[in-house]
Amino acid sequence: MEVATSHTQPTGFIRRYLFSTDHKVIAKQYLSLSLAMALVGGFTSYLIRWQLAWPETNIPGWGPIGPDDYNAIITMHGTVMVFFVAMPFLLGAFGNFLIPLMIGANDMAFPRLNMISFWTLFTASVVLTSSMFVPGGAAAAGWTSYAPLSDNPIYTGVNRGQNLWILAVALEFGSFLMGGINFLTTTLNMRAPGMSLSRLPILVWMEITAAVVFLLSVGPLIAGALMLLMDRTLGTGFFRPDRGGDPLLWEHLFWFFGHPEVYVVALPGFGMMLEIIPVFARKPIFGYRTIIWSTIAAGLLSFIVWAHHMFVSGMDPRLATPFSVTTILISVPFAIIVFAMIASVWRGAIVLSTAMLFALGGLATFLVGGVTGIFLGSATTDIFLHGTYFVVAHFHYTLFPVTFFGGFAGLYYWFPKMFGRMMNEALGKIHFLFTFVCFNAVFIPLFLAGLKGNPRRLYEMSSYDFLKPVQQFHVIATIATIGLLVGQLPLVVNFVYSLVRGKTATANPWQANTLEWTTASPPPHENFRKMPMVYRAPYEYSVPGAPSDWIPQTEPPQPIYPVTAVAD
Amino acid sequence: MLQDLLPTDVSTFGGDIDHVFWLIFWIVGIWFVAAEGVLFYSIIRHRKREGATAMYLPGDTPRQLAWVLIPALVVLCLDLGIDRAGASAWERVKGTPPAGDVVVRINAKQFNWNFTYPGPDGKFGTADDVTTENDLHVPVGKVVRFELQSEDVIHSFFVPNLRLKQDVVPGRTISGWFEATTTGTYEIACSELCGFGHYSMHGNVIVQTPAEYAGWVRDKWPSQTAANSPAAKRN
Repeated sequence: MEVATSHTQPTGFIRRYLFSTDHKVIAKQYLSLSLAMALVGGFTSYLIRWQLAWPETNIPGWGPIGPDDYNAIITMHGTVMVFFVAMPFLLGAFGNFLIPLMIGANDMAFPRLNMISFWTLFTASVVLTSSMFVPGGAAAAGWTSYAPLSDNPIYTGVNRGQNLWILAVALEFGSFLMGGINFLTTTLNMRAPGMSLSRLPILVWMEITAAVVFLLSVGPLIAGALMLLMDRTLGTGFFRPDRGGDPLLWEHLFWFFGHPEVYVVALPGFGMMLEIIPVFARKPIFGYRTIIWSTIAAGLLSFIVWAHHMFVSGMDPRLATPFSVTTILISVPFAIIVFAMIASVWRGAIVLSTAMLFALGGLATFLVGGVTGIFLGSATTDIFLHGTYFVVAHFHYTLFPVTFFGGFAGLYYWFPKMFGRMMNEALGKIHFLFTFVCFNAVFIPLFLAGLKGNPRRLYEMSSYDFLKPVQQFHVIATIATIGLLVGQLPLVVNFVYSLVRGKTATANPWQANTLEWTTASPPPHENFRKMPMVYRAPYEYSVPGAPSDWIPQTEPPQPIYPVTAVAD
Repeated sequence: MLQDLLPTDVSTFGGDIDHVFWLIFWIVGIWFVAAEGVLFYSIIRHRKREGATAMYLPGDTPRQLAWVLIPALVVLCLDLGIDRAGASAWERVKGTPPAGDVVVRINAKQFNWNFTYPGPDGKFGTADDVTTENDLHVPVGKVVRFELQSEDVIHSFFVPNLRLKQDVVPGRTISGWFEATTTGTYEIACSELCGFGHYSMHGNVIVQTPAEYAGWVRDKWPSQTAANSPAAKRN
């Protein structure tokens, strides 16, 4: 078994830090990569927003950008943020770090595969980044890469950049396929004694549901990516009408994956919030089982909603109503999850730590993304809103809360466990305030622009008279974007400072119940000095009659208070 | 005031679409305010205080779960109501189009809209076809049927004031219709990324009174006699 090799820590620098098979080191590698790529993603948002507010001016720190540059920049922004920030941050970093620690395992089931997953993703990032520097520039067909725009170089003038984009994305998919297999195998086979599935921390449920959804949806798009590459390089015509192919086939393959992908990112983000809320509300998650069943239902439904991205694509209009019904139906499991989260806060003893602020802020902002989804899920209103800034604002209101509010909540919460030091709370709260205020100030104006019919992906709006009144919204959004980006500086300072000078963390600084807090901060190479025994559900906070307001999962049963509320 | 959030509607089916929009707006608006209200109330009111403990509420009994499941059931019912309202409006806009008083072929290419009228003989592909660039002339109060075609990549024909959007896909002919209720000039925007000139792929729908439209036809279209001339027939 490979597991045996992970028990002793290698001593050489390369095997210990670079090609490590330790899930904790790999998690930190994912974290570093995702934060580095977030700089690229953040910088592209600055270029995009500046151009939209003050078109064709000199962008400070960059210079002017032309329409073809603009298309390449928006393509990079979407690709980087979804595939190289959100996924490595939420799944790569936190999934890797927390799954073994939360289930009481000493590592992932396949440590070498885990290492290969990361280095495949690293290669993908290098390929994607290098595509910006090849002749013709980076891919400019949007992150959705619709054919034939992406299929025939004559339409964008981009040849090598688009090929490299396809290669990078295909490698990324391969990386997370391997990672997902590891998540699942580890969770199903390596749980500590007593860690039944109904005692599994909810984040682990969310991570593995996301992994299953990803595994089942990505296959067709890997095939699609290869077909697109073959169209471009070998003369096939899968998506080219002049060779007998069909552009809509690409849209189906893309969105059959693309919509479930939203949940691949959203579920771990929810997992972070759900893990943190009970700790700082000092009460159990409301409806643990109900949330898990709703998550599974949402995961299943996510496979039969993809055509809501295609209501006006030219597909048979008779398909619209069935897909509208399934899309709007997905609001039910999400409503249950959100209501349960609110109920988990209700009548708690709430401590507004930075982690809690980000978790609650994520919940409050995600609600906007959730309710605006109904407008787009209804095929009728989508006729008007499709492809406008309303869509842009909507999906930023879903993906930003889960990725950044959820992810930052996780970072502030598990930083002590990862690095053995506490982060600074004051800086953290400043960071939260900037992020929360500026994020809303960016995207509320963009909702208003979308309602006016402002199409997305326009280099500038001056060709259109009806967009003259909308320009003010773009100026507000841009100023707020700059605030949002500057507002991340406290995080950078806090991260670096705390890493070196932060207060030494105890094993369990938050008085939390889950297994990762029963071992040292940071955990030793083998995670647990002694195999943990699990006796309880993960969220036994403020149990009536208990001597303290928290009972770790490893606490043996006592006669004076209930063993567990949700045991089998 | 709220009505000003959307552009002025000048099409016969725009009202149906806007009706569904406002239905959703009020339903989700009320839910949104209620959910945020409870959340913020709880965050402010239920802070940790000396001596007070949190309520142990695991939500594992039907009685407790009802607090979440009953609202979710209401959400389900409202969802179905939205689906129902949406389905009939969709059917009207995108279902089988009514017979057209004016028929036009819309040809999209990087980065122009070409509008082809069948000319006096009423047939496409004959010598008397009339093609205009970026300006679509239509009479008010008449059903306009269109056929969308693309020469290169996917474009999207979007007229915000008409509440009309339809992608244009190369290799397919996609038909649709609209009927304008008010004269004026309404802008067409491409709303699918189609290349470096996407942002400038601009056109106009010029909605004219029947008399003005007839005048435009008289000025710009070949006359009936010219269409029937031997030269035209040879083509």
